[in-house]
This record gives sequence, C-alpha cells and structure tokens, in this order.
Amino acid sequence: MPDYDTKTHDVLVIGAGGAGLRAAIAAAAEGVSVGLVCKSLLGKAHTVMAEGGVAASLANVDDRDNWRVHFSDTMRGGQYLNNWRMAELHAKEAPDRVRELEAWGALFDRTPDGRILQRNFGGHKYPRLAHVGDRTGLEMIRTLQDHGIHQGIDVHMEYTILTLLKDGDRIAGALAYDRERGRFRLFHSKAVVLATGGIGRAYKITSNSWEYTGDGQALAYEAGAALQDMEFVQFHPTGMVWPPSVRGILVTEGVRGEGGVLKNSQGRRFMFDDVPENYRAQTATDPEEGWRYTQGDKSAKRPPELLTRDHVARAIVREVREGRGSPHGGVFLDIAWIKEKIPNAEEHIKKKLPSMYHQFKTLADIDITKEPMEIGPTTHYVMGGIRVDGDSQMSNVPGLFAAGECAAGLHGANRLGGNSLSDLLVFGKRAGEYAARFARSNGDTRIDINQATAAEKRALAPFDRKDGEGPYQIQQALQNVMQENVGIVRREAEMEKALTEIDALDARAAKVSVTGNREYNPGWHTALDLKNLLTVARAIAITAIERKESRGGHFRDDYPNKDPEFGKVNLVIQRGPDGRMVLSRVPIPAMPAELAQVIKEMG
Amino acid sequence: MSKATFKVWRGDRERGQFQSYTTDVTTGMVVLDAIHQIQAEQANDLAVRWNCKAGKCGSCSAEVNGQPRLLCMTRLSDLDLETPITVEPMRAFPRIKDLVTDVSWNFEVKKRIKGFTPRPPDAPDGTWRMQQSDVERVQEFRKCIECYLCQNVCHVIREHHEEKEFIGPRFFVYSAALEMHPLDVADRVPDLKREFGIGYCNITKCCTKVCPESITITDNAIIPLKERVVDEFYDPVGRLVKIFSRRAQA
Repeated sequence: MPDYDTKTHDVLVIGAGGAGLRAAIAAAAEGVSVGLVCKSLLGKAHTVMAEGGVAASLANVDDRDNWRVHFSDTMRGGQYLNNWRMAELHAKEAPDRVRELEAWGALFDRTPDGRILQRNFGGHKYPRLAHVGDRTGLEMIRTLQDHGIHQGIDVHMEYTILTLLKDGDRIAGALAYDRERGRFRLFHSKAVVLATGGIGRAYKITSNSWEYTGDGQALAYEAGAALQDMEFVQFHPTGMVWPPSVRGILVTEGVRGEGGVLKNSQGRRFMFDDVPENYRAQTATDPEEGWRYTQGDKSAKRPPELLTRDHVARAIVREVREGRGSPHGGVFLDIAWIKEKIPNAEEHIKKKLPSMYHQFKTLADIDITKEPMEIGPTTHYVMGGIRVDGDSQMSNVPGLFAAGECAAGLHGANRLGGNSLSDLLVFGKRAGEYAARFARSNGDTRIDINQATAAEKRALAPFDRKDGEGPYQIQQALQNVMQENVGIVRREAEMEKALTEIDALDARAAKVSVTGNREYNPGWHTALDLKNLLTVARAIAITAIERKESRGGHFRDDYPNKDPEFGKVNLVIQRGPDGRMVLSRVPIPAMPAELAQVIKEMG
Repeated sequence: MSKATFKVWRGDRERGQFQSYTTDVTTGMVVLDAIHQIQAEQANDLAVRWNCKAGKCGSCSAEVNGQPRLLCMTRLSDLDLETPITVEPMRAFPRIKDLVTDVSWNFEVKKRIKGFTPRPPDAPDGTWRMQQSDVERVQEFRKCIECYLCQNVCHVIREHHEEKEFIGPRFFVYSAALEMHPLDVADRVPDLKREFGIGYCNITKCCTKVCPESITITDNAIIPLKERVVDEFYDPVGRLVKIFSRRAQA
C-alpha cells in the first residue's frame, strides 16, 4: 500500500481565484485549519481577467439603487430560473463584501465626494459596478491574496486534484498531483470547498485560460453531487476576432458602459433594431438618449448595446450570418466616436479603458481611440454548475461545498456582467464559513486508501501506453465539436451528433498516451484534463437537448420561443448507479411573497 | 505560409540545451502561440507557464532573444524571423523544467512585508473617503501583474544573488503601494532599510525598462522610498515631525 505524502486540514479549498481565496479567508476566520490548492501560482487565477467591475448596490452614484433593484435585475437577467434565495442573499450582502475589500486595501476609483465610484453595465438598472479602470479583477484577487497570506492558510501551489475521496456518503479529502514534480499528495479533510471556475476550454473560441476545464463540476459529479443548469453557457458578445491568435480574448463590457456602440458593415447601430419586449421600457429610443445615459443622465434610459449579454451575442451572430459583418467575421465596436461628444476623448478612453487600449495596440495594431475594434462572441462563463443550498453552499454530498462559477443558482439562464465578482465574494465567504462550521460539528473522516490508489493508477496509465494518440488532438477535436454543435445557436440534430462524437472522443481519451516523464509535463496534464472536459461537455449537450425552448444563454433555432413549462424547472444531472448521466427536471420552489412583491414592484 | 525557427531551452534542474523547432507562422502570432504550437505538434512535454494570454496574469515570463518579455505579448512580427528566435527561462531564478523556473522566493518575501493597516474609518458607516487624485498614485503600483521580470533583470538578484538581504523591485513597488496608500498607517521604512536592502539599489532602472505594465518603478516607487529612509534615519527633525503627524492621523 503506498504511503502518500499527506496533508491534513479541517477545510480544504480547491481553487484560488476570488471565490477560493474568499472561502479560505472566511474559513480561517472561523478558527479552523485551512488548506488552499491551486493549479497555477497564487494570484494568477482567472479572476485577474475580470475587467468591468463588481456589482453591488452601494448607491454611491445613484441613490435610487438598493438591494431590491439589484435582486430584480438579477432575476430578470436570469429569466427567473435563478435560485431566488441566492439572488436575495447576493443582492443584500454584496455591498458589505465590497466595502470589506476596501478595508483590506483595495483602491477603487472614486466619486467626486471620495466614495467608491460605480459604472453602468448591461442589465443593471443603475450605475452599480465598483471598479478600478478596466482591471477590477486584478485589484480584487491581489487584495484577497495579500490579505490571505497573513491568515495562516496553507497554500499548495501548482497542484491539480485528481479525485475527491469519500468516507461513506461524506467527503473525506482529495488526491492531487504536484505539477512540478509529478508526485502525488493526499489531502485529508473534514470539508471541501470547490471553487474551480468554469468550463470554457471545452470550446474553441473562449476568453478562458487553460485552467477552465470543468474540474470542480466533474469532480463533484463523480463524487455523487448534482449538477444544475449546465445548458446555460454564456457567450460574451465582445471577444477579439482578429488576428487569429487572439480570437476569443475578452473585450470588456465597460467599453459599451463608457459609450461604445456596435455597428455593422453598413455603419448601422443594429442593436436598435431588436429590443426584447421585457426590456423595452428600460431601453433608450434613440442614440442621443443612449449617450446621455452613459454620461450619467438619470432621466435617460440605457442604450441597447447594454442589453443582456445573451441578447447582444445573438444580435451579432445574426448580423454576421446575414452578411453585414466585419471583414473577419465579427462586427464593429466603436468607442473612438465619442470624440464627437467630449473634448480630450483620446485621454479619456486611455484613462477609463487602459488595458483595452494596451491590448488592441499591442496584439492587433489597433488604436481604439482612433478606429473601431472588430469583435464577436466568445465562450465566457457557465451559469450552471454544482447544485448547492442557497444559504450554506453545500451540495447534496455532506461536507462538499461549492462557490463562484463552479456552483449553480445565482445567475439562472443568464448572468449579468459584474455579478460574477460579487458572486464569488458573497458565496465564497458563505461557503468558507459553513464549511468551517461543518468541520467543527462533524467528527474526523476516514480515508479509504483504495480510492486513492485507483485514481493514481488511472492517472499514470497514459505513460504505460506507448502507441496511443496524443492528448492535444483529442482536446482540439472536442473544442471543435462543442463550438460547432452546442454553441450560441443550437439545433437538436447537431447536438445529438455532438453526443455521438463525445462518446467517440471518450473512447479515444481512454487510449491516450503521453511522452516524457512526470516532471512539469503539459502533455500529461492535458491528458488528465480530458476526462473533466468530456464530462462537462456531455452534461451541457444532454441538458441543451432536453430544454426545448430558448431562454437566456440557451438559444434553440428549432424552438426559438420561451416555453412557460420550462420556466418552472431546473435541469439536474446526476451520476446513475450504472455510471451514466441521469437527467431530471426539478421544479423551482415558489418564491416567498415578499420577494415576489419586489419583482412585481420593480417591473 | 511562412515558417520560423525557435531555439527553445529544454532541460531540467541540472542540465539542458537549446533545441530547434520550426513551425508555421500566421498573422498576429505571439511567441506563446508558437510555443503552444510546438507543444501540440512536436513536443507534448514542453513546459511553459501561462494563463490569460492577454498580459494580465504575469505567468509566461521568459527571455526572448535575450530580452525579458511576456511570451503572450511578444509579437512575431516585431522579431527578425530570418534567424532563429531563442526562447529561454528567466535567468535569475532556479530552473525547474524547460521555460519554467522556481519563483517561490517571491512568495516568501511578500509574507515578510507588513500587511495593509488602515486608519479608523472616516464615516460612521465604516467607510472611508479618498480623492481620485490620491488613489491614482498608488493605482499605478497596483497595476503590477507579478510577472517578476523586474526581479529577473535586477543585477542585485541576477548577478549578486543577494536574495537574503534584498527584496527586489517588485517588492519595493509593493511596499510603496502600501506606504503611499491614503489609508495605511503602518511604518515599513525601518524594514526597508535594515532587512529589505533598499540601499543595494543603485538606480540603474533596468526594472523600469522591462515592466510590461509600464510602471515607473525606479522614479515613482524606489526613489521616494529611499527618500523616506533618508528622512527617517538621517534627518532627526523631519523624523519627529513624521512621528507626530502619524499619531495625529491615527
């Protein structure tokens, strides 16, 4: 029996982006021992990519804002499939979570009277996003990191989790490998918080880094946890499209928040052509009113460019498909035009959108203060994920918690920009606290070493196979399958085809072989990621086939309308006794009267 | 389609050598794209760190044709593709494998620096008031993506290996961000002088030149910190004034 290098913590947090760091800080504050595992170096997680801001109804810029408005905006954006309890807690607690960051050293941009400045963003009725230029995510992760390193948390950098370990029904720890040396490490814990982010690497065009391979969702699924709403993948409307090597890199919604407009090849602001019914009352009727809104005129309504991301992404796809796209298959996003409106526009743009200026200048030879950008949709976020209790963030597996992007519920069918950063603060903290309490009130767990050795054996198998296929080819094939068949616009036959191809890729992945040794071997790491990617890809395809309607991030060409029956259920996936995915429709519980009243009042 | 040849450092902790790979070049490619292409097609086990591929996470630091760069922000169109392009790991840090180095020292250094210590809140609701002009100075430092290229080129580290007595430009920037933070009341100046070796820096500005975030490391962070050291240790009157003003603030 192998003698594993073993680390024991009361709470093990997997993932060190914003949600994981916030969970670890919260758990440590409860006085339990905490281990924090990350695949990359600390502080490099995907949270650094968040640009626009963190949503919280501080009401510093518009005093009409409060938690009720934020709650109803979030529910409307999510097309009412959201876990309403999470939406309520999120709207109520986000302001405190943002102020707390300031107490830990974050430096947000300021209002003239010295408070935290807030900006407009899609789907938010009032200026609500606290921000630092267009690098809010970096500010947040650095603040959490720099605070976290003084809280007695043990950080395990460059470790990847292979499997969760269980003691009966309960979570007991995890087996990991060290990316640097390729050695195994066993984590023994009383509770586990998953905070592993999203699934973007299942698609070809994505704003996500290599880390986003659906680890948390797949690990939880394998451990018996339920996944929910996996069909809802957010395609961000504005990713770079040219040159090819940068395709998919995010262009912040902040560009539109600052007055940027979308135009097709005929120079038309096509977003005015199709404003959905439920947003009509909130949308500007002409470009002039839209401009006034972006400049803080409280009597103006928002421009249609700031409609929800799902809608804007589909409008762009329509323009391209109907032959009105830009030369490289996108549309134009123009911020340079504001020079017609304000003096020193060039300096203003550089000040408000510094990293966008830098990104386009360096990577695409475009000066965004002078010419429009070419942009198109990019896979950005998964609304679905691990099904959790709204208050505690615990899954149906005792001791297994989830927070941030890998958890489901808050965003329903579509996430509003800025709600992910507030999500990870609010629910990171809650998951950490409840995990600590769970660890304190439940006894020690027992490790079944056979579970670890089985995972180790599976992990090393690719080295023993000498003539198998390489992992990169399989990963790329999967990305193409998902991009082409389970993308922004979906059809039954294509998704069925995707499922068949995922089966075939599963078989290929089972025979993959890798070269070299175990020390820092990206080929091996990629081979091990395949299983998680295939699991989440399958879950997305199965639920997307089942939901025979169009809602939020899920658009069916063959069922283009909303179906009220599907508005009453979440689609849930669990591992069946035979190892197959079992799909069920789970009714959404009725909203308490007071929350229903809020929605009614806000319209 | 044109091609280019890359001489990539392949090796482990003890030994290694440059190995040549020729790969296709397409419009807009950066060096990291070429490395990924080589990894996918020719050398599956070629080790490189990366994350965001947009110059925001600071993972893919290396030396391209001897110049310290982020691989994801170095365009092939800015390099001479007629001759082979060398890609090697940062030289100041111990090697792990191929382009990956052991940068763990940096994480240890940060823990030694006194954390953020705010003054009591300004308003009854527990919040503070700060002017945009006051936060901007510090926001420059907070742009840092911790790529450690500044540490890599600093001769005190790269040539003299004074890691025990010197924290390097990254952590002078970090200290400056704390010292100049409008709310912070801790004093890190004695540590900067005695334990963090700010006196070793002789202002050659190599760090500023390589910063991918264009932080004016030497002029805006290190020199003002050096001035504080002078004020506090070599100017007794100024020191008294400072102590009293700090008490008044707290």
